[in-house]
Amino acid sequence: MKTKTNVQQDISNLLAFTAAPPGAVDRLHRRLEEAAAGAGILDVAYTTIDTPIGTLLLAATERGLLRVAFETEGLDLVLDGLGRKFSPRILRSPKRLDPVAFEIDEYFARRRTAFDLALDFSLSSGFRLAVQKYLPRIAYGTTDSYKHVAALVGNPKAIRAVGTACATNPLPLVVPCHRVLRTNGELGGYLGGLAVKSALLKLEGAS
Amino acid sequence: MDMKVPFERVVAEHSATVLRVCRAVVGRHDADDAWSETFLAAMRTYPELPSSANVEAWLVTIAHRKAIDMIRKQRRIVSSMAIDTSSTVASPSSKNHELWNALQSLPDKQRHAVAYHYLGGLPYLEVAKILGGTPEASRRAAADGIRNLRKTYHDMEIQETSR
Repeated sequence: MKTKTNVQQDISNLLAFTAAPPGAVDRLHRRLEEAAAGAGILDVAYTTIDTPIGTLLLAATERGLLRVAFETEGLDLVLDGLGRKFSPRILRSPKRLDPVAFEIDEYFARRRTAFDLALDFSLSSGFRLAVQKYLPRIAYGTTDSYKHVAALVGNPKAIRAVGTACATNPLPLVVPCHRVLRTNGELGGYLGGLAVKSALLKLEGAS
Repeated sequence: MDMKVPFERVVAEHSATVLRVCRAVVGRHDADDAWSETFLAAMRTYPELPSSANVEAWLVTIAHRKAIDMIRKQRRIVSSMAIDTSSTVASPSSKNHELWNALQSLPDKQRHAVAYHYLGGLPYLEVAKILGGTPEASRRAAADGIRNLRKTYHDMEIQETSR
Protein backbone atom coordinates (compact mmCIF):
# COMPACT_ATOMS: atom_id res chain seq x y z
CA MET A 1 0.00 0.00 0.00
CA LYS A 2 2.94 2.32 0.57
CA THR A 3 3.99 3.53 -2.85
CA LYS A 4 7.63 4.31 -3.29
CA THR A 5 8.28 7.84 -4.49
CA ASN A 6 11.41 7.98 -6.55
CA VAL A 7 14.02 10.69 -6.29
CA GLN A 8 13.40 11.73 -9.87
CA GLN A 9 9.81 12.57 -9.00
CA ASP A 10 10.94 14.62 -5.99
CA ILE A 11 13.37 16.55 -8.16
CA SER A 12 10.76 17.33 -10.79
CA ASN A 13 8.39 18.52 -8.03
CA LEU A 14 11.16 20.77 -6.75
CA LEU A 15 11.89 22.06 -10.24
CA ALA A 16 8.22 22.77 -10.81
CA PHE A 17 7.67 24.83 -7.72
CA THR A 18 10.93 26.76 -7.78
CA ALA A 19 10.41 27.75 -11.45
CA ALA A 20 10.43 31.45 -12.20
CA PRO A 21 6.92 32.92 -12.35
CA PRO A 22 5.87 34.32 -15.76
CA GLY A 23 7.43 37.68 -16.50
CA ALA A 24 9.92 37.45 -13.64
CA VAL A 25 12.99 37.10 -15.83
CA ASP A 26 12.11 40.15 -17.95
CA ARG A 27 11.29 42.22 -14.90
CA LEU A 28 14.58 41.29 -13.24
CA HIS A 29 16.44 42.10 -16.44
CA ARG A 30 15.04 45.62 -16.44
CA ARG A 31 15.94 45.98 -12.78
CA LEU A 32 19.51 44.90 -13.57
CA GLU A 33 19.74 47.43 -16.41
CA GLU A 34 18.74 50.23 -14.03
CA ALA A 35 21.02 49.08 -11.23
CA ALA A 36 24.03 48.57 -13.53
CA ALA A 37 23.56 51.99 -15.15
CA GLY A 38 23.18 53.55 -11.71
CA ALA A 39 26.34 51.87 -10.47
CA GLY A 40 28.26 53.06 -13.54
CA ILE A 41 29.09 49.52 -14.70
CA LEU A 42 26.86 49.35 -17.78
CA ASP A 43 29.82 49.87 -20.12
CA VAL A 44 27.79 49.18 -23.26
CA ALA A 45 23.99 49.37 -23.61
CA TYR A 46 22.46 48.18 -26.84
CA THR A 47 19.19 47.72 -28.62
CA THR A 48 17.93 46.88 -32.09
CA ILE A 49 15.55 48.97 -34.18
CA ASP A 50 13.66 48.33 -37.37
CA THR A 51 14.25 50.77 -40.23
CA PRO A 52 13.45 50.89 -43.95
CA ILE A 53 16.96 49.51 -44.61
CA GLY A 54 16.56 46.61 -42.17
CA THR A 55 17.30 45.98 -38.52
CA LEU A 56 20.04 48.12 -37.01
CA LEU A 57 21.95 47.45 -33.82
CA LEU A 58 22.71 50.53 -31.75
CA ALA A 59 25.24 50.42 -28.92
CA ALA A 60 26.27 53.25 -26.61
CA THR A 61 28.64 53.91 -23.74
CA GLU A 62 28.02 56.53 -21.06
CA ARG A 63 29.90 58.95 -23.32
CA GLY A 64 27.91 58.43 -26.46
CA LEU A 65 27.00 56.27 -29.43
CA LEU A 66 29.70 53.62 -29.90
CA ARG A 67 28.44 51.44 -32.73
CA VAL A 68 25.77 51.25 -35.39
CA ALA A 69 25.66 47.87 -37.10
CA PHE A 70 23.74 46.37 -40.00
CA GLU A 71 21.97 43.06 -39.64
CA THR A 72 24.16 41.68 -42.43
CA GLU A 73 27.21 42.04 -40.16
CA GLY A 74 25.70 39.42 -37.81
CA LEU A 75 24.47 41.10 -34.63
CA ASP A 76 25.93 38.46 -32.31
CA LEU A 77 29.30 38.81 -34.00
CA VAL A 78 29.15 42.58 -33.56
CA LEU A 79 28.39 42.20 -29.84
CA ASP A 80 31.21 39.65 -29.47
CA GLY A 81 33.52 42.17 -31.11
CA LEU A 82 32.46 44.94 -28.73
CA GLY A 83 33.04 42.55 -25.83
CA ARG A 84 36.60 41.90 -26.98
CA LYS A 85 37.56 45.36 -28.16
CA PHE A 86 35.76 47.47 -25.59
CA SER A 87 34.20 45.73 -22.59
CA PRO A 88 32.16 42.56 -22.00
CA ARG A 89 29.90 44.46 -19.57
CA ILE A 90 27.19 44.68 -22.20
CA LEU A 91 23.43 44.55 -21.65
CA ARG A 92 20.44 44.93 -23.89
CA SER A 93 19.13 48.18 -22.47
CA PRO A 94 17.06 50.24 -24.90
CA LYS A 95 16.68 53.27 -22.64
CA ARG A 96 20.16 54.70 -23.27
CA LEU A 97 19.52 54.45 -27.00
CA ASP A 98 16.14 56.22 -26.98
CA PRO A 99 17.48 59.56 -28.30
CA VAL A 100 19.45 57.76 -31.03
CA ALA A 101 16.47 55.68 -32.12
CA PHE A 102 14.35 58.83 -32.15
CA GLU A 103 16.75 60.75 -34.42
CA ILE A 104 17.19 57.81 -36.77
CA ASP A 105 13.40 57.55 -37.09
CA GLU A 106 13.28 61.24 -37.96
CA TYR A 107 16.07 60.77 -40.51
CA PHE A 108 14.19 58.03 -42.32
CA ALA A 109 11.01 60.12 -42.20
CA ARG A 110 12.99 62.92 -43.91
CA ARG A 111 12.46 65.18 -40.94
CA ARG A 112 16.13 65.27 -39.97
CA THR A 113 19.18 66.16 -42.08
CA ALA A 114 21.86 66.13 -39.38
CA PHE A 115 22.36 64.10 -36.23
CA ASP A 116 22.73 65.84 -32.93
CA LEU A 117 24.11 63.01 -30.78
CA ALA A 118 27.09 62.45 -28.51
CA LEU A 119 29.47 60.07 -30.28
CA ASP A 120 32.05 57.79 -28.71
CA PHE A 121 34.87 57.15 -31.18
CA SER A 122 36.68 54.70 -28.87
CA LEU A 123 36.72 52.02 -31.59
CA SER A 124 38.72 54.19 -34.00
CA SER A 125 42.16 55.74 -33.92
CA GLY A 126 44.76 57.49 -36.05
CA PHE A 127 44.03 58.37 -39.65
CA ARG A 128 40.72 56.47 -39.67
CA LEU A 129 39.53 58.50 -36.72
CA ALA A 130 40.52 61.73 -38.48
CA VAL A 131 38.54 60.72 -41.57
CA GLN A 132 35.50 59.59 -39.59
CA LYS A 133 35.44 62.81 -37.60
CA TYR A 134 35.56 64.75 -40.84
CA LEU A 135 32.69 62.91 -42.56
CA PRO A 136 29.76 64.65 -40.77
CA ARG A 137 30.85 67.84 -42.52
CA ILE A 138 29.71 66.39 -45.83
CA ALA A 139 26.21 67.84 -45.88
CA TYR A 140 22.97 65.92 -46.26
CA GLY A 141 22.02 65.51 -49.90
CA THR A 142 25.59 66.01 -51.16
CA THR A 143 28.46 63.62 -51.85
CA ASP A 144 32.21 63.85 -51.92
CA SER A 145 34.98 61.67 -53.33
CA TYR A 146 37.49 59.46 -51.51
CA LYS A 147 40.20 61.49 -53.22
CA HIS A 148 38.86 64.86 -52.12
CA VAL A 149 38.33 63.67 -48.53
CA ALA A 150 41.95 62.46 -48.50
CA ALA A 151 43.08 65.93 -49.48
CA LEU A 152 40.79 67.60 -46.95
CA VAL A 153 42.14 65.59 -44.03
CA GLY A 154 45.64 66.54 -45.08
CA ASN A 155 46.93 63.43 -46.83
CA PRO A 156 46.07 63.63 -50.57
CA LYS A 157 47.78 60.35 -51.37
CA ALA A 158 45.85 58.34 -48.80
CA ILE A 159 42.87 57.62 -51.05
CA ARG A 160 42.78 53.91 -50.26
CA ALA A 161 43.17 54.67 -46.56
CA VAL A 162 40.10 56.91 -46.77
CA GLY A 163 38.30 53.94 -48.31
CA THR A 164 39.39 51.77 -45.38
CA ALA A 165 38.33 54.45 -42.91
CA CYS A 166 34.87 54.45 -44.49
CA ALA A 167 34.71 50.65 -44.60
CA THR A 168 35.60 50.43 -40.89
CA ASN A 169 33.34 53.29 -39.79
CA PRO A 170 31.81 52.05 -36.51
CA LEU A 171 28.96 54.57 -36.80
CA PRO A 172 27.50 54.24 -40.31
CA LEU A 173 24.46 56.37 -41.09
CA VAL A 174 25.22 58.79 -38.24
CA VAL A 175 28.75 59.34 -39.53
CA PRO A 176 27.77 59.54 -43.20
CA CYS A 177 30.36 57.43 -44.98
CA HIS A 178 27.63 56.65 -47.50
CA ARG A 179 28.19 60.17 -48.91
CA VAL A 180 31.69 59.31 -50.09
CA LEU A 181 31.93 58.02 -53.68
CA ARG A 182 34.59 57.35 -56.27
CA THR A 183 35.83 60.31 -58.28
CA ASN A 184 34.00 58.96 -61.34
CA GLY A 185 30.75 58.87 -59.39
CA GLU A 186 30.69 55.10 -58.84
CA LEU A 187 29.43 54.02 -55.45
CA GLY A 188 32.65 52.42 -54.20
CA GLY A 189 31.97 50.16 -51.23
CA TYR A 190 29.66 50.01 -48.22
CA LEU A 191 29.58 47.82 -45.13
CA GLY A 192 25.80 47.57 -45.30
CA GLY A 193 25.88 46.66 -49.01
CA LEU A 194 25.70 48.87 -52.07
CA ALA A 195 21.89 48.65 -52.20
CA VAL A 196 21.73 50.30 -48.78
CA LYS A 197 24.23 52.95 -49.81
CA SER A 198 22.22 53.94 -52.87
CA ALA A 199 18.97 53.80 -50.88
CA LEU A 200 20.38 56.29 -48.37
CA LEU A 201 21.61 58.61 -51.11
CA LYS A 202 18.22 58.41 -52.79
CA LEU A 203 16.46 59.17 -49.50
CA GLU A 204 18.64 62.24 -49.10
CA GLY A 205 17.97 63.29 -52.68
CA ALA A 206 21.62 63.23 -53.66
CA SER A 207 22.17 62.81 -57.37
CA MET B 1 42.15 34.28 -27.46
CA ASP B 2 39.89 35.55 -24.72
CA MET B 3 36.36 34.62 -25.74
CA LYS B 4 34.54 36.39 -22.93
CA VAL B 5 30.98 36.63 -24.17
CA PRO B 6 28.91 39.79 -23.69
CA PHE B 7 27.34 39.78 -20.21
CA GLU B 8 23.90 39.92 -21.82
CA ARG B 9 24.42 36.34 -22.96
CA VAL B 10 25.41 35.27 -19.43
CA VAL B 11 22.16 36.77 -18.13
CA ALA B 12 20.11 35.17 -20.90
CA GLU B 13 21.63 31.77 -20.30
CA HIS B 14 21.68 31.64 -16.49
CA SER B 15 18.94 34.02 -15.36
CA ALA B 16 16.19 31.45 -14.85
CA THR B 17 18.43 28.89 -13.12
CA VAL B 18 19.91 31.43 -10.72
CA LEU B 19 16.41 32.68 -9.90
CA ARG B 20 15.34 29.11 -9.17
CA VAL B 21 18.29 28.65 -6.85
CA CYS B 22 17.55 31.96 -5.11
CA ARG B 23 13.90 31.01 -4.68
CA ALA B 24 14.90 27.69 -3.12
CA VAL B 25 17.50 29.19 -0.82
CA VAL B 26 16.03 32.49 0.41
CA GLY B 27 12.36 31.90 -0.39
CA ARG B 28 10.04 33.55 -2.86
CA HIS B 29 9.81 36.94 -1.17
CA ASP B 30 13.49 37.72 -1.21
CA ALA B 31 14.47 35.79 -4.33
CA ASP B 32 14.22 38.85 -6.60
CA ASP B 33 16.52 40.86 -4.34
CA ALA B 34 19.00 37.99 -4.12
CA TRP B 35 18.95 37.58 -7.91
CA SER B 36 19.46 41.30 -8.48
CA GLU B 37 22.34 41.57 -6.03
CA THR B 38 23.93 38.47 -7.52
CA PHE B 39 23.88 39.66 -11.11
CA LEU B 40 24.94 43.19 -10.22
CA ALA B 41 27.93 41.86 -8.26
CA ALA B 42 28.71 39.41 -11.06
CA MET B 43 28.61 42.13 -13.71
CA ARG B 44 30.97 44.26 -11.64
CA THR B 45 33.71 41.63 -11.60
CA TYR B 46 32.89 39.91 -14.91
CA PRO B 47 35.85 41.43 -16.83
CA GLU B 48 38.27 39.78 -14.37
CA LEU B 49 36.65 36.34 -14.53
CA PRO B 50 39.04 33.86 -16.19
CA SER B 51 37.51 32.80 -19.50
CA SER B 52 37.98 29.14 -18.51
CA ALA B 53 35.75 29.57 -15.43
CA ASN B 54 32.52 27.61 -14.92
CA VAL B 55 30.11 30.55 -15.19
CA GLU B 56 27.17 28.77 -13.58
CA ALA B 57 29.29 27.77 -10.56
CA TRP B 58 30.66 31.31 -10.31
CA LEU B 59 27.14 32.78 -10.31
CA VAL B 60 25.82 30.27 -7.78
CA THR B 61 28.81 31.01 -5.53
CA ILE B 62 27.94 34.71 -5.58
CA ALA B 63 24.26 33.90 -5.04
CA HIS B 64 25.24 31.74 -2.06
CA ARG B 65 27.11 34.62 -0.41
CA LYS B 66 24.22 37.02 -1.04
CA ALA B 67 21.76 34.44 0.29
CA ILE B 68 23.75 33.94 3.49
CA ASP B 69 23.70 37.69 4.10
CA MET B 70 19.97 37.86 3.44
CA ILE B 71 19.12 34.87 5.60
CA ARG B 72 21.09 36.42 8.45
CA LYS B 73 19.09 39.61 8.03
CA GLN B 74 15.79 37.67 7.76
CA ARG B 75 16.51 35.79 10.97
CA ARG B 76 17.27 39.01 12.77
CA ILE B 77 13.91 40.38 11.62
CA VAL B 78 12.05 37.13 12.25
CA SER B 79 13.41 36.85 15.79
CA SER B 80 11.99 40.30 16.53
CA MET B 81 8.60 39.58 14.96
CA ALA B 82 6.06 36.81 14.75
CA ILE B 83 6.84 34.44 11.88
CA ASP B 84 4.76 35.41 8.93
CA THR B 85 3.76 32.39 6.91
CA SER B 86 0.30 33.59 6.00
CA SER B 87 1.41 36.21 3.50
CA THR B 88 3.05 33.81 1.06
CA VAL B 89 1.62 35.00 -2.22
CA ALA B 90 -0.62 32.91 -4.44
CA SER B 91 0.79 29.45 -4.04
CA PRO B 92 -0.56 27.11 -6.69
CA SER B 93 -1.88 24.62 -4.17
CA SER B 94 -1.70 24.01 -0.47
CA LYS B 95 0.39 20.92 -1.09
CA ASN B 96 2.99 22.93 -2.97
CA HIS B 97 2.81 25.46 -0.22
CA GLU B 98 3.63 22.75 2.31
CA LEU B 99 6.43 21.41 0.16
CA TRP B 100 7.74 24.95 -0.06
CA ASN B 101 7.74 25.27 3.70
CA ALA B 102 9.40 21.88 3.99
CA LEU B 103 12.22 23.11 1.77
CA GLN B 104 12.57 26.28 3.81
CA SER B 105 12.75 24.33 7.06
CA LEU B 106 15.55 22.01 5.93
CA PRO B 107 18.88 22.52 7.70
CA ASP B 108 20.85 25.15 5.73
CA LYS B 109 23.48 22.77 4.45
CA GLN B 110 20.91 20.31 3.11
CA ARG B 111 18.84 23.06 1.48
CA HIS B 112 21.95 24.57 -0.12
CA ALA B 113 23.19 21.20 -1.35
CA VAL B 114 19.78 20.35 -2.84
CA ALA B 115 19.49 23.79 -4.47
CA TYR B 116 22.98 23.93 -5.95
CA HIS B 117 23.14 20.35 -7.18
CA TYR B 118 19.60 19.55 -8.22
CA LEU B 119 18.32 23.01 -9.16
CA GLY B 120 21.56 24.76 -10.11
CA GLY B 121 22.91 21.70 -11.87
CA LEU B 122 26.37 21.90 -10.30
CA PRO B 123 28.45 18.76 -9.82
CA TYR B 124 29.21 17.91 -6.18
CA LEU B 125 32.81 19.00 -6.71
CA GLU B 126 31.56 22.56 -7.31
CA VAL B 127 28.94 22.32 -4.55
CA ALA B 128 31.70 21.34 -2.11
CA LYS B 129 33.78 24.36 -3.13
CA ILE B 130 30.84 26.56 -2.14
CA LEU B 131 29.78 24.77 1.04
CA GLY B 132 33.19 23.59 2.22
CA GLY B 133 34.00 19.97 3.07
CA THR B 134 34.33 17.13 0.62
CA PRO B 135 32.23 16.43 -2.49
CA GLU B 136 31.11 13.26 -0.70
CA ALA B 137 29.80 15.32 2.22
CA SER B 138 27.89 17.56 -0.22
CA ARG B 139 26.44 14.49 -1.90
CA ARG B 140 25.28 13.19 1.48
CA ALA B 141 23.78 16.55 2.44
CA ALA B 142 21.80 16.65 -0.83
CA ALA B 143 20.61 13.07 -0.38
CA ASP B 144 19.60 13.76 3.23
CA GLY B 145 17.80 16.89 2.06
CA ILE B 146 15.79 14.98 -0.51
CA ARG B 147 14.99 12.25 2.03
CA ASN B 148 13.80 14.81 4.59
CA LEU B 149 11.71 16.59 1.99
CA ARG B 150 10.12 13.32 0.98
CA LYS B 151 9.38 12.50 4.61
CA THR B 152 7.63 15.84 5.10
CA TYR B 153 5.80 15.45 1.84
CA HIS B 154 4.71 11.92 2.71
CA ASP B 155 3.62 12.93 6.23
CA MET B 156 1.50 15.64 4.67
CA GLU B 157 -0.17 13.17 2.37
CA ILE B 158 -0.97 10.94 5.32
CA GLN B 159 -2.36 13.89 7.26
CA GLU B 160 -4.48 14.86 4.29
CA THR B 161 -5.86 11.40 3.68
CA SER B 162 -6.57 10.82 7.39
CA ARG B 163 -8.45 14.11 7.65
